[in-house]
Amino acid sequence: MAVSNDASDLKAGAQAATGAKLSALFAGTMGPLIGLVLLCLALTLTTDTFLTVRNILNVLDQITVLGIMAIGMTLVILVGGIDLSVGSVLALAAMVMGFVAHPDYLNLGMPAGIVVALVVAGLCGLVSGLLVTVTKLPPFIATLAMMSVARGLGNMITDGSQIVGFPDWFTSLSITRHFGFLSVTVGLMIVLAIIFAIFLNYRATGRSLYAIGGSAEVARLSGIPVKSLTNWVYATCGVLAGLAGIVLAARLDSVQPSSGLGYELDTIAAVVIGGASLSGGVGSIGGTAIGVLIIGVLRNGLNLLGVSPFIQQVVIGVVIALAVATDTWRRRAQ
Amino acid sequence: MPPVPHHGGSPHNGLFVNALCKSYGPVQVLADASFEVRPGEVVALLGENGAGKSTLSNIIAGSTKPDAGTIIWRGNPYSPASPAAAIDAGVGMIHQELKLLPDLSVAENVYVGRLPMRGGRIDRAAMNARASAQLKRLGLDVSPERKVRTLRIAAQQQVEIAKALTLNAELLIFDEPTAALGGEETELLFKQIRKLKAEGMSFIYISHRLDEIAEIADRVVVMRDGRIVARHERADIPVRAIVEQMVGRSVERMFPQLSPPGDQTLLEVENLSSPEKSFNNVNFSVRAGEILGIAGLIGAGRTELVRAIAGADPISSGSVRVAGKPVHLNGPAAAIKAGVVLVPEDRKAQGVVLDQTIGENLAFGNFDHVAPKGWVFPKAVQKFAEAGISRLGVKGKPNQAVSKLSGGNQQKVIIAKWVARPPKVFILDEPTRGIDVGARAAIYDVIADLARSGMAVVVVSSDLEEVLGLSHRVLVLSRGRQRGILDRSEASNVAVMELATS
Repeated sequence: MAVSNDASDLKAGAQAATGAKLSALFAGTMGPLIGLVLLCLALTLTTDTFLTVRNILNVLDQITVLGIMAIGMTLVILVGGIDLSVGSVLALAAMVMGFVAHPDYLNLGMPAGIVVALVVAGLCGLVSGLLVTVTKLPPFIATLAMMSVARGLGNMITDGSQIVGFPDWFTSLSITRHFGFLSVTVGLMIVLAIIFAIFLNYRATGRSLYAIGGSAEVARLSGIPVKSLTNWVYATCGVLAGLAGIVLAARLDSVQPSSGLGYELDTIAAVVIGGASLSGGVGSIGGTAIGVLIIGVLRNGLNLLGVSPFIQQVVIGVVIALAVATDTWRRRAQ
Repeated sequence: MPPVPHHGGSPHNGLFVNALCKSYGPVQVLADASFEVRPGEVVALLGENGAGKSTLSNIIAGSTKPDAGTIIWRGNPYSPASPAAAIDAGVGMIHQELKLLPDLSVAENVYVGRLPMRGGRIDRAAMNARASAQLKRLGLDVSPERKVRTLRIAAQQQVEIAKALTLNAELLIFDEPTAALGGEETELLFKQIRKLKAEGMSFIYISHRLDEIAEIADRVVVMRDGRIVARHERADIPVRAIVEQMVGRSVERMFPQLSPPGDQTLLEVENLSSPEKSFNNVNFSVRAGEILGIAGLIGAGRTELVRAIAGADPISSGSVRVAGKPVHLNGPAAAIKAGVVLVPEDRKAQGVVLDQTIGENLAFGNFDHVAPKGWVFPKAVQKFAEAGISRLGVKGKPNQAVSKLSGGNQQKVIIAKWVARPPKVFILDEPTRGIDVGARAAIYDVIADLARSGMAVVVVSSDLEEVLGLSHRVLVLSRGRQRGILDRSEASNVAVMELATS
């Protein structure tokens, strides 16, 4: 009995070793990756316009806001949390930036506006984190509260009205394509994704997040500072949501307190489609990138096919359910 | 032991348990267990942790099914398919962990599942009145509308008893009812048991507190290794005699040869107390190369004590010094830095991240070693893991998920995680719990090696043989108090159990 167990253990170990080399970067995301490839293939075959440079660049432009938020959400979900406040924090940060920078209000200049916006967004995240680690609120509740508070604060700044018109250099961040293809905002998203992928894969702190999500008590008993890392993760998620708000402002040349409504759900969907587990400990930036791309490509493709936005919502809902169900079945089969 | 004479011998309307057997896989937890409970008497069921008391009472209460054997209850064959069926037959069990709904009222708890209805609505007035009557019968002055959460443990237990009474229970099984009670509360419980006994109710009474047996029980049944080893017709038996029967002669086991300890004192614990009073005023020291066993019954405060020393739980007073230097116990990280490591009691919940690889699990807790500048490279983790795996003889590969390993190998992964530091004080809480008997010897060898390499080792175990076989000295705890430290030469089953049950 014991001998045969050991033999199969070793065999499983050897198999895992070969598998690990293949998918080091997209660990555990083969399923979503295949889904994305199939989706792209289908759209290439059914439309003339999907596989054109112009359209692909469009998709990248359209996913920047979602992509940047999803990086932060990946960290939060990795440690076994959830952040429902990202859409509201996005709006609050954008409003703060507009208020500080816009000539009609404080007129302190864009750099000051951006910095203050990011600080406010980070504070929102930190407060959510403290509510989770110190007050011991469930993350769902803590960030639900923050979702309401941040949205209300965003509305209070201008009493609900939007702020329009930013300097040309600012709006061109999302429009001008450097080297013929890359806008600054898309570049920012890609650089952030790479930085956080490296962080999660190769930094001790990043690896520690996997320990916290796998079992907070094991992590704590291993000497990992669970509370401070969790606070830091929520703060980072807030900063990234704020950054997404600034990117959105550049894309729209305006900020409004009602922006980002429901974005938290898209963000969570992207992370989960990318193979992350809501119970924590499982997930990667590579997977999240695929999840974000699936949502972006799906929206784009359905637009190209002339499918109504209402049906798009239905389709995206079905994709979320399918993606997570396949993942669950696969895990059970193992 | 001769089998219990049933029917013919002393015909009565009580409980006859005949030759019950139960195995989990290859482990026989109950072998040929027979005893009887007469109407209106209290039978004490005694034995060490794991002797089979719980299995036996779970079978009688309907939550476990036996592999073989029969039960006769009130003259009829009795084999309850569920706790509900047992309750219908008049058999109830009061568990050590009370099974109440804390946010419902006392009356609702008493009548849960069969709330009195009138006109399609709950008849609260009737429910409260009836619950009140039952509570009065127990001599308890508690409003039936009070939320159970707001009651003290002792009062909550009374609610459970009241619930059993309304279910017309005629046999009540108590599993360690006094473990969480103070002296006065225990007295009240005993008074109630005597009263109900006079009304004809029978009781099976499981307890580790041998001193209270003589007071409450009419007869005593002693279990060991799944067997009933003694039945006494009276309860005023010397504690020592019962203890001897409880520990008995166990199967010889292979324990490694211990090397003599060194001279340097590595761990000094002074007047350590916990905020919850789970342990009080504990003092001991452990030298380099020495293994100190900590023995005691469940709830004696052993786990709480070692967790506090490892920084996992807070302390209220006292101090810990490692190699002469005081340790500021404000978290596991500080303790680990000072050289104190813990292999926790619950391997799967506290020891390993099951879904992650051996390599990852070894790296958690060793990032300062694997990643001196904060960079974790897979090759470094692999190398580190291979070293740990070969040092401890783990049967697995670095990138294999820990969930696929046997319990013994998982335990070795946890030990390997700490060995590399290397620590000065190595604490192991229940190192062989849930591990096959065959794989235990390997763990024992590892523990002896830890000591031989110059660490101070502390081993907590519910398995008395294990503590005695592995330790240079044995510290015995009972109800959070240190009852003594025995040298290897004077530490016998009986000596330890006598202290542990005091």
